[in-house]
Amino acid sequence: MGEQCVAEHNGDKPEGASSPEERPKWDNKTQYLLTCIGFAVGVGNVWRFPYLCQIYGGGAFLIPYLIALVFEGLPLLYLELAIGQRLRLGSIGVWNSISPYLGGVGVSSMVVSFLVCVFYNTLLAWVLWYFFQSFQNPLPWSQCPVNENLTGYIEECVKSTPVNYFWYRETLNISPDIEINGSLHWWIIVCLGTAWLVVYICFIRGIETIGKAVYVTATFPYLVLTIFLIRALTLPGATDGLLYLFTPKWELLQNPQMWLDASTQIFFSLSVAFGGLIAFSSYNPLHNDCQQDAVVVGCVNSATSLYASIPIFAILGFKATSNYNSCLDSNILALTNAFEIGDQNITHTNYEDWLTYLNKTDPDTVFKLDLTECDLQDFLDQSASGTGLAFIVFTEAVISMPGSQVWAVLFFIMLFSLGLSSMFGNLEGVLTPLLDLHMVPKWMPREVFTALICIVCFLMGLIFAMGSGNYWLEIFNTYVGSVPFLIIALFELFGIIFFYGTERFCKEIEFMTGKRPNLFWKVCWMCISPLLLLVVFLAYIIVQVQTTPTYPAWNPDYEHFPKTEIQPYPGWVFAICILLATVPVLPIPFVALYRLAQNITTTKQPANDTALKASVNKAYVPDVDMDLQRKL
Amino acid sequence: MWMKLLLIVALAGIYTQAKEDGRGQISGEVEEARWRVAESPDAFKVRLSLKSALGDEAYTWNENELYLFRAAMAYTMRQYYMAEKGQQVNFTSENIVTSEVTPRISFFFYVTNPDAAATITKAEVEAAIRLSRGRINSAFLLSDDTLEFVGLLATLSPPAEPTVEVWLIVFGVVIGFVVLVGVFLIVSGFRNRRKRKLKMDDDDDEGKAGEEIESGGVTNSGFEEEDDRRTQL
Repeated sequence: MGEQCVAEHNGDKPEGASSPEERPKWDNKTQYLLTCIGFAVGVGNVWRFPYLCQIYGGGAFLIPYLIALVFEGLPLLYLELAIGQRLRLGSIGVWNSISPYLGGVGVSSMVVSFLVCVFYNTLLAWVLWYFFQSFQNPLPWSQCPVNENLTGYIEECVKSTPVNYFWYRETLNISPDIEINGSLHWWIIVCLGTAWLVVYICFIRGIETIGKAVYVTATFPYLVLTIFLIRALTLPGATDGLLYLFTPKWELLQNPQMWLDASTQIFFSLSVAFGGLIAFSSYNPLHNDCQQDAVVVGCVNSATSLYASIPIFAILGFKATSNYNSCLDSNILALTNAFEIGDQNITHTNYEDWLTYLNKTDPDTVFKLDLTECDLQDFLDQSASGTGLAFIVFTEAVISMPGSQVWAVLFFIMLFSLGLSSMFGNLEGVLTPLLDLHMVPKWMPREVFTALICIVCFLMGLIFAMGSGNYWLEIFNTYVGSVPFLIIALFELFGIIFFYGTERFCKEIEFMTGKRPNLFWKVCWMCISPLLLLVVFLAYIIVQVQTTPTYPAWNPDYEHFPKTEIQPYPGWVFAICILLATVPVLPIPFVALYRLAQNITTTKQPANDTALKASVNKAYVPDVDMDLQRKL
Repeated sequence: MWMKLLLIVALAGIYTQAKEDGRGQISGEVEEARWRVAESPDAFKVRLSLKSALGDEAYTWNENELYLFRAAMAYTMRQYYMAEKGQQVNFTSENIVTSEVTPRISFFFYVTNPDAAATITKAEVEAAIRLSRGRINSAFLLSDDTLEFVGLLATLSPPAEPTVEVWLIVFGVVIGFVVLVGVFLIVSGFRNRRKRKLKMDDDDDEGKAGEEIESGGVTNSGFEEEDDRRTQL
């Protein structure tokens, strides 16, 4: 059936050629490694890991993080790269080969990858929008726009900050409620179209073009991070930020939430269970050292997270110091004007002394001034992750840096290339299985098929261009981008342990790389990793069940505006959330039951046996080799 | 109780200072007690921040600077009456009544009419200042926020119009580049395909690679030609 016929066509030959063509190959190992690293290293390394480091007490967080990397991340990575390289198919073909009952795992991978494609590119669209806007002087998010009759600034902007206003109003034009859809925003659609066009251009000829594109997209972020590092360390307040980040709070190690977050972070950061890594390694030569690759990719990913957190936190420290200084300045101005003290007699250094003196001599006036309490620690505590970090916190910091436009442009190009290289993996996890299964009609060249998939994803992504788009993106991110992956990874491990056999798997790897995986890998695959994943999965479910699903809504009419209004999800929205979390993993039981039913109902026993055996043995080379020899 | 004491002390200080200075008759009329000027409903409070604006090059504030201020305000009123009402009213520095200057360098002032014995209303003074704000600022090398007229609503500058076009220009450049690259890739893909098709038609009988042993049959993807470590049967 479909899984037997593995003729892979590359884009250069038209269909209808009678001879099956060879599978595309990487030009060299560097391309392959850069692609895998680019896929694993994404925007999450920049805007999720530093945040986790901060809230879990800096240096202390590294301990569960590294433990999770070694015992959970690396074994899974090694597993995926090995089976992809061995079976030389996309995710659906690979799992069908291992066992027909496990075919659903591949289908789930593909469905989940498709859903991630749809929403991930919206992030890139937003990054592009900010990139386009960064070429102005002054930056559009640095000041409030003036209202219609030129008497003052727009109220929504004055109550919150210009940066918040630019993000929520001028970029998203967000509706106050998820049920209010608002209209489609043409500027977001334009940016989304551009993002998909760029992705499509890189995918036109499959790994031939991807392999060239990753030379830029995978390496450029490191260059920018280094530039930012050098610049950030020279900013005032940088050391405060770094100290704050890295000062370990050892007592937090007792908090189980910390271990849970470390495990989930490693898991999602490495992008396993997408099917993309399987697809990439399927283009490798058979005797490639996948163990080394797995260790390299895993370690580079974690090292990048650490490396990225240094400039991020230096800049956040700078921002906290700037905010603290502005707070002091406004207080000083208020005091100077109220008490008619000489201009600039009160400085940052003698502010405290002046304040105590004035409080003693005239406490009423001081009280009437309603001075805000300026505490550097409070400003440092204001952390954010995700889009909040990139589009609100960082953009605010950039305003205070001299030469803001340059830094903004560099930052957004870096985010774009980080996201683009991750999109390669996401889309590859969708395309390769479909191409392997020959779902493509013979007359359609690969370019057209890729374009079709991109257009479908683009049209579905229009949901996020509406007024409520950001709320829906959060839903997709939380529900699609979490539980399904855990389930798929668990089944991958179970598939190898129970259906394929760990011993056999190790033998295959020895055949490929020349060295047998040592005891550490075997123990991890057989007990530690599944156990860890199971614990993480159960803990995740328990935590989700306990918290009522709510979302922060940006509502200018809210009484406590500019605080976001915490609203519960309406019933129908929550139903969609559950659907998003469960439907992608439904193929796993469905396909297994379907195959089981097929086996039971088919009367021809020998045919069944050979069919079963053939599909299983296909992965085991010497037997098939014998078949081939016999046919010759 | 404390407030009363403070007030008495302050008043005593001002009184003694006014007597000690021993100014001429005309100046004595002009510089009235601070609190008297401040009470006038038409008084404006002025606040200067010299050190913030000029740093080390800040000049010291003295009587002459105050005189310059009065002269500048007189000029402002003259210009206003000329522009708005078409009248030439000869305001002089005596018509600008200022109060004492605090260490902050702030003081109150109001404007009297040279022709009548009345005070010019605050609204008119405000309009006059708005008209000649730039000139007043430049006389003191200051700007709108370092030479403050407290309570004067600032006219905000209209937003710069070309903001929309800039991002569209950048977008246009990026899209153009992407489309060019795309067209190049597609066209070169077609050309390569045509070349290879011709080449394939030429050497069809060669059997392109060892992989195509079973033309039309099932390719064993697990089987690699170049692998010589497998034991051959």
